[in-house]
Amino acid sequence: MPDYYIPEIPKSPRIARLVSHLFEQMPQIETDRAVLLTEAYKKSEGKPVITRRAEAFAHIMENLPITIRPDELIVGSNTIRPRSCQVFPEYSYRWLEDELDTVETRSADPFYISEENKKILREVYKYWGGKTTSELAEEYMSDGAKMAMKHNIFTPGNYFYNGVGHLCVKYDEVLAIGFDGIKAKAVDALLKLTPGDADYGTRTAFLKAVIMSLEAASRYAERYALLAVEMAEKETDPRRKLELALIANNCANVPRKGATTFYEACQSFWFVQMLLQTEASGHSISPGRFDQYMYPYYKKDLDQGKITREFAQELMDCIWVKLNDLNKVRDAASAEGFAGYSLFQNLIAGGQTEEGLDATNDLSFMCISASLHVMLPMPSFSVRVWNGTPHEFLLRAGELTRTGVGLPAYYNDEVIIPALVNRGLSLEEARNYCIIGCVEPQTPGKTDGWHDAAFFNMCRPLELVFGGGAELGEQVGPKTPSLPELTTFDKFYDAYKAQMNYMIEMMVNADNSIDLAHAERCPLPFLSSMVDDCIARGKSVQNGGAVYNFTGPQGFGIANMADALYAIKTLVYDEKKYTLQQFANALKNNYGEAMPPVIASQLTTYAAKELADKGKTPNEQTIADIYTKISENKTPADKKAFYDKLRADIDSLPKFGNDIKEIDLFARDVAYTYTRPLQDYKNPRGGIFQAGLYPVSANVPLGAQTGATPDGRLAGTPVADGVSPSAGKDINGPTASCNSVARLDHFIASNGTLFNMKFHPSALKGESGLESFVAMIRGYFDQKGMHVQFNVVSRETLLDAQKNPEKYKSLVVRVAGYSALFTTLSRSLQDDIINRTEQGGF
Amino acid sequence: MQDYLNTKGRIFDIQRFSVHDGPGVRTIVFLKGCVLRCRWCCNPESQRYEIEQMTTAGKTKTVGRDVTVKEVLEDVLKDRVYYRRSGGGLTLSGGESLCQPEFATALLRAAKDAGLNTAIESTACAPIDTIRGLLPYLDHYLMDIKHMNPNKHKEFTGRENTLMLENAKILAKEAKHLVIRVPVIPTFNDTKEEIAAIAKYTSEIMPGGEINLLPYHRLGQDKYKGLGREYLLEGISPPTDEHMNELLEVALSYGLKAKIGG
Repeated sequence: MPDYYIPEIPKSPRIARLVSHLFEQMPQIETDRAVLLTEAYKKSEGKPVITRRAEAFAHIMENLPITIRPDELIVGSNTIRPRSCQVFPEYSYRWLEDELDTVETRSADPFYISEENKKILREVYKYWGGKTTSELAEEYMSDGAKMAMKHNIFTPGNYFYNGVGHLCVKYDEVLAIGFDGIKAKAVDALLKLTPGDADYGTRTAFLKAVIMSLEAASRYAERYALLAVEMAEKETDPRRKLELALIANNCANVPRKGATTFYEACQSFWFVQMLLQTEASGHSISPGRFDQYMYPYYKKDLDQGKITREFAQELMDCIWVKLNDLNKVRDAASAEGFAGYSLFQNLIAGGQTEEGLDATNDLSFMCISASLHVMLPMPSFSVRVWNGTPHEFLLRAGELTRTGVGLPAYYNDEVIIPALVNRGLSLEEARNYCIIGCVEPQTPGKTDGWHDAAFFNMCRPLELVFGGGAELGEQVGPKTPSLPELTTFDKFYDAYKAQMNYMIEMMVNADNSIDLAHAERCPLPFLSSMVDDCIARGKSVQNGGAVYNFTGPQGFGIANMADALYAIKTLVYDEKKYTLQQFANALKNNYGEAMPPVIASQLTTYAAKELADKGKTPNEQTIADIYTKISENKTPADKKAFYDKLRADIDSLPKFGNDIKEIDLFARDVAYTYTRPLQDYKNPRGGIFQAGLYPVSANVPLGAQTGATPDGRLAGTPVADGVSPSAGKDINGPTASCNSVARLDHFIASNGTLFNMKFHPSALKGESGLESFVAMIRGYFDQKGMHVQFNVVSRETLLDAQKNPEKYKSLVVRVAGYSALFTTLSRSLQDDIINRTEQGGF
Repeated sequence: MQDYLNTKGRIFDIQRFSVHDGPGVRTIVFLKGCVLRCRWCCNPESQRYEIEQMTTAGKTKTVGRDVTVKEVLEDVLKDRVYYRRSGGGLTLSGGESLCQPEFATALLRAAKDAGLNTAIESTACAPIDTIRGLLPYLDHYLMDIKHMNPNKHKEFTGRENTLMLENAKILAKEAKHLVIRVPVIPTFNDTKEEIAAIAKYTSEIMPGGEINLLPYHRLGQDKYKGLGREYLLEGISPPTDEHMNELLEVALSYGLKAKIGG
């Protein structure tokens, strides 16, 4: 008999009420945390930074306003208003100070902030000048890295301005022994220290900070117990009164003590999840293998008749709703890249046990049901697939895909496990992997993966080749040979590799500078208490306390570069139809098309500077005229005809994504230009770099900063996302795209690859549609693809949603590694989603 | 030895990830040329054997190319992994594959040699011995019956139905697996009586057999314009879901395994 129960459990009416309460109002920025943090920091100046962090966390836990929302069974909110956020000035604040008046009206992820709160923040910010992680990181960065960032070759924005997050902690340990149990371990470690130890001082400070943080967090939960008692006393509805009494009881026990029931385990899980995101602003705090660590509590209650499946499902649904209650404000540019208010809390079901047996259980199925019941972007729900995954589990997952909610994402154990073993994990640890954030695998509870460390735009180094490493009057990359010297394709490709290698090193420098700044200014004692081996080593995660330490920056634009390099190889070197100089001219002139705004402004600024350097400082009118001329980019008819012919010739070449072996293997090699050099670098926490190949949604805003490319792509248009083929270029159907993408080496990209497919709902219709869909995933995975995810909405639906956003407030689409509400995305990202090839069954 | 791999034929398309013409994920090879001229045909470019020009979305493209079995098989095998996972395989469609019997047979044989599941979508409008030649290599025969009245059949398709109905009777006995498929075309065969007649015949030659009712669609309409031909069914709407369900009830009443769609 299998270990799971198949029938779907109906949705409790409570869930719809919770969801509607969550979306009643616009998200807001609250300021209590920033005020409390600053108060504490002012009092602790001169103390060890880890002590200051613990004291600030304790002060916040003691005084942060708390609330229990109507109908909640699982409680704990770090903001009074639903879906709102606190701010974290210790990481950075200038952007928010600058954007306080526009954050409410911006296109991606707007937040309301009251005038009073603006005033409070402006006051708080006075303290933080020169004290943030971002300012320290900048101090540490090399000039070359700064230059590369100025020219948008890569952006490490994520951790430059915010906490790191991207972790899965030992939820299982908290459930088993409670914060008191972990505290006891820290006390033990403290007692073992002797004053003669070289690092006695820092270890002692760290362990005391851990103890203080855990105690503060336990007391925070107890504040909820008291609040629930107060509310129960006033409550007139006897059912709610009873619920509040249960809540009070739960919060009095957990997370301080180990959980004794499934309900307590749920509540304990939630406090951990929410508090990690109150201690720091890092996102992608991922619940990981929820179906595995929660299962013993569920099973025990079920066997003893203490719980019904229906109530267990209701509690899980409540957690799913709560995961959407948390929020985070990002700067306007990053908000475009991470659009959809997403916190990337990735929760995964299924897969294998550490022993290599199938791990699917009741809760795995109930996770799918919870996502079906709640139909919201969080959690970023994933399923693990291996050769032994039960067919019915995949069919049920397909039913969720079919709703168009963009969930789940599918991951291939048969690739990820060996890929992690290759990075030094034991087989057992690798089998126990979970997914962090978008697509990043790690073994939970002992890894600081620093996933998502930067976005690296693989198109930009190719642009640099055409200028010998220089652009806009500045030497950005190394000096590579001039175009006439690039007499063979190998020489051209070598020049590209030289630009790539240099820029990869600059990105490593930027990441490591930021890494050092986090270690120095924002070590996190609460988080570190739940990651091995911080307590034994006596140091925080940020200082290298985790067993496994990686840095995983992600490259994107492989499809563009494969198609581009292939076009140059064929048209310039093999067929000699065009010269490199003709390509260069065409790219510079955007194939004779109008110049998009971002690039036109860059070129205008440069032209104005050149005039100024010549002593002819232009006035505003002249600048405006230059801009108009550049953006219109009027091209003589004969030149335009030439560019059109060139683009048509490029267009007729084979493209990545069509199951054409030659070009696919070319793409595989192009991907290596990023993935191979990267793994030779080390980070300050004692780990190595590992590449990811996925863009989140940065392929759109970063595409806007990218000039025309030799694959025929126009300036400013989106770059291909992840390992997916360029939008609209894969025309041989979904299996052909899958085969092409599977030809890349996914094993080396152990920080994750992302393959986006978009299906018309008709393709998944009925039982046979679902069966074929599952067969396609299996087939892709048989060929060693790592990840695949699906958008299942019709083009018409999306176009209508653009026209009538009010009708589609809850329309969820898969963006890239996560699901987001379509109407909250910026227009350009919406257009990109609509334009991605829509795959259908024929 | 494997000469049949070099057999030449004329096709006009290969479509991968097809999920409605036979079990599982399939690749459909469309052979060019047909003996019928069905007015509703959604692939009018398939009807003539000659290679021709068709305008789509403002561009002229050549329809039809000559290929060997080996070339086609290479394309078909690209999705082998998906066939294995779904029980799918190769489906021959058209046009009418039986117009190129040597090529069709060689293709099916090559697919069988490669261990693939095979199907044909066909009107069975050919001498029975021609059809018998490919049966050893065929797992599923998806056969059209469009109408029981020979005159009406001739009016709308250009040929009487006598030969096909006779062949159906034989195929019911000799094919490994026969499915009768009925394109439901308003103004032609969409009354309950007309569907009942087909269902009755099907139940007689193959009691409890399978029948699929395929609702008319207009996806081929623009192609007629692109070929410079007239579309004779202009202005006809696809049958409603409600009507299709009524017809399904009729088919079911003859004890058949009936369903809407392929």
